Amino acid sequence: MAELKLTKVGKTYGGSVEVLKDIDLDIKTGELIVFVGPSGCGKSTLLRMIAGLEKITGGTLEIDGMVVNDVPPAQRGIAMVFQTYALYPHMTVYDNMSFALKIAKKSREEIDEAVRKAAKILQLEEYLDRLPKALSGGQRQRVAIGRSIVRDPKVYLFDEPLSNLDAALRVATRIEIAQLKESMPDSTMIYVTHDQVEAMTLASRIVVLADKGIAQVGSPLDLYERPENEFVAQFIGSPAMNLIPGEIVGTGAQTTIKLDREGVAMSNVATTEADVGLKVNAGVRPEDLVEATGESYLYDGKVALLEALGEVTVLYFEPEHGRDPVIGKLPGIHDDLRGREVRLTADPAKVHVFHQGQSLLYR
Amino acid sequence: MHPALQGLLTIVIGVGGCVGYFYFSNVLLDRVIFPARGRDMGRNINRANMVRPWLFLFPAIFALGLYLAYPVAETLRLSLTDRAAGGAFVGLANYQQMMAEPKFWEALRNNFMWLLIVPAAATGFGLLAAQLTDRIRWGNLAKSLIFMPMAISFVGAGVIWKLVYEQRPVDVEQIGVLNAIYLALGGAEPQTWMTIPLWNSIFLMVVLVWIQTGFAMVILSAALRGIPEETVEAAIIDGAGPFQIFFKIKVPQIMGTIMVVWTTITLVVLKVFDIVFAMTNGQWETQVLANYMFDKLFSANDWGVGSASAMIIMLLVTPILAWNVYNARKEMR
Ligand SMILES: Nc1ncnc2c1ncn2[C@@H]1O[C@H](COP(=O)(O)OP(=O)(O)OP(=O)(O)O)[C@@H](O)[C@H]1O
Ligand SMILES: [Mg+2]
Repeated sequence: MAELKLTKVGKTYGGSVEVLKDIDLDIKTGELIVFVGPSGCGKSTLLRMIAGLEKITGGTLEIDGMVVNDVPPAQRGIAMVFQTYALYPHMTVYDNMSFALKIAKKSREEIDEAVRKAAKILQLEEYLDRLPKALSGGQRQRVAIGRSIVRDPKVYLFDEPLSNLDAALRVATRIEIAQLKESMPDSTMIYVTHDQVEAMTLASRIVVLADKGIAQVGSPLDLYERPENEFVAQFIGSPAMNLIPGEIVGTGAQTTIKLDREGVAMSNVATTEADVGLKVNAGVRPEDLVEATGESYLYDGKVALLEALGEVTVLYFEPEHGRDPVIGKLPGIHDDLRGREVRLTADPAKVHVFHQGQSLLYR
Repeated sequence: MHPALQGLLTIVIGVGGCVGYFYFSNVLLDRVIFPARGRDMGRNINRANMVRPWLFLFPAIFALGLYLAYPVAETLRLSLTDRAAGGAFVGLANYQQMMAEPKFWEALRNNFMWLLIVPAAATGFGLLAAQLTDRIRWGNLAKSLIFMPMAISFVGAGVIWKLVYEQRPVDVEQIGVLNAIYLALGGAEPQTWMTIPLWNSIFLMVVLVWIQTGFAMVILSAALRGIPEETVEAAIIDGAGPFQIFFKIKVPQIMGTIMVVWTTITLVVLKVFDIVFAMTNGQWETQVLANYMFDKLFSANDWGVGSASAMIIMLLVTPILAWNVYNARKEMR
């Protein structure tokens, strides 16, 4: 049971280097919140401030209604899993997991019960007497998770827990974490990752950090279907959303955008008379582009590069100078399109409209 | 010739000689003895590569043999002969004579005490200094100050501390810091510290601890920095206090290094000579083995007993040395 409330939280290093500012965030009991964002945007910093390892230089952090800015980490009811596992190398798995309880002067029986229970959940029972160096990466990470479970914290913090694992193990451990969360519906988890798939599959809500602040908070599909701004639009989804510049020519329940390089985009984003002539970017995800059958089309270009993955075919069009190439992702095999001129269009429901970086959907 | 110039010349000749040896012997091997051409080219290259390590090791092996192996053998021989009898073989007579001398047992006992106290104290203080100076802003300055005594020779340190322990008559101003403090704290009259048995040994040990703490600190400080920061943070989150973090997380992780430092200082202690020689010369029950050996060899001119005591020192040092090397190797892995 834990609710977190961040109010205008900020972090400044050494009095001058501002890394985060004015972070407002409410986290409810049982949520699994994922922080994503480009490298160096302050994800770890924010997590470490919640943990108490980093001083909060602005705003307040409340856990269950109590301001904990100056409460030492051990008394915040949090547990943290580090990217590098951070196991105590000189202690056995058992001692690693029981360390916190020993410090807290719990009885021997209590400690033993908690450790055995956690070891069972994480299938570590056989390894309790081993030192960390005699474990595989995945097992080490499970010990690190076990070390937090035994403390029965209110909030679990994960800082890129899977990024040191190889691809297969990462998937397996990700599923384990999802199951773990399922089995502890009341615990709150905050999870930092670089990996979109991790973010999309695990999160109840994703927090996209950028430019010292929060770019958007929402459920994974919210962010995918209704990004508030171009940053989130391009950050979520892979390959990134295409942004094609143009000008609004028709308004109403449906918006018509005349694109700068021929082509017309129709969008279900509503606009008003006043928007006519507005310079906008039409945003279309590569997977939403389909081959145009009729006269009208949204994009027309020559395929510069084609990646046939079997399941899908990714088309990279010749870039216009200074812009990222438009990318299309067609289901199935289209090997014949290599080097060809292709016309594409998209369902108006899938076309986003951005003006000055912000989505017109959220005006 | 000016001595400085002479020194410079020696350095140039020495270094140049080394470089020259490696270069020309290598050339000789590759061009003349096993040239990499002709019919046996491949075989010659292989042979040259087999000889090369020995070629390069030769100067070191030679020097070690000359200055280490030979003296050991010679000392062993001398310890079995008698000077008074013109160098005749006397078996273990020298050892028997030595064992019968109370001064020898005193030296052995004192050495043992040094062995217990100095490495422990120097390592302990060094660890403390390493941990404390790592966190503060002027830590590096403190470190340099603590390390400084390492640069002073043992004899120099002995002289400095002799002044600290100096005593003057009661009505004269004390120049020894220890007596000055002692009187200021209400001591009745100045003490001749160097003549109080047991305490005087401890006062001598202080000098070595003072010197070796810097060494321990530098090595342990590097080891402490090598500890992954995350393990400390994990311990903080687990609720460990500063002392628990230090003793339960940090110290165990650098135990290997602590052992290496400990044994290294132990070796220094077993050979301790200069400090005792300069400060008490083994009087007032402060004798140690190395100084005992020196006494016998150069004051009493008794090479037999002197060599015998040297052999005893070597016997004591060797196992610790072996253990030290074993520990150091384990650390490097
Ligand atoms: N001690 C410090 N002093 C000054 N700046 C710092 C300090 N520590 C971190 N920073 C800066 O804070 C920013 C955020 O760092 P942080 O580690 O939180 O990034 P991140 O989002 O976790 O990145 P990554 O995804 O690469 O882990 C970085 O730009 C970094 O340079
Ligand atoms: Mg990070």
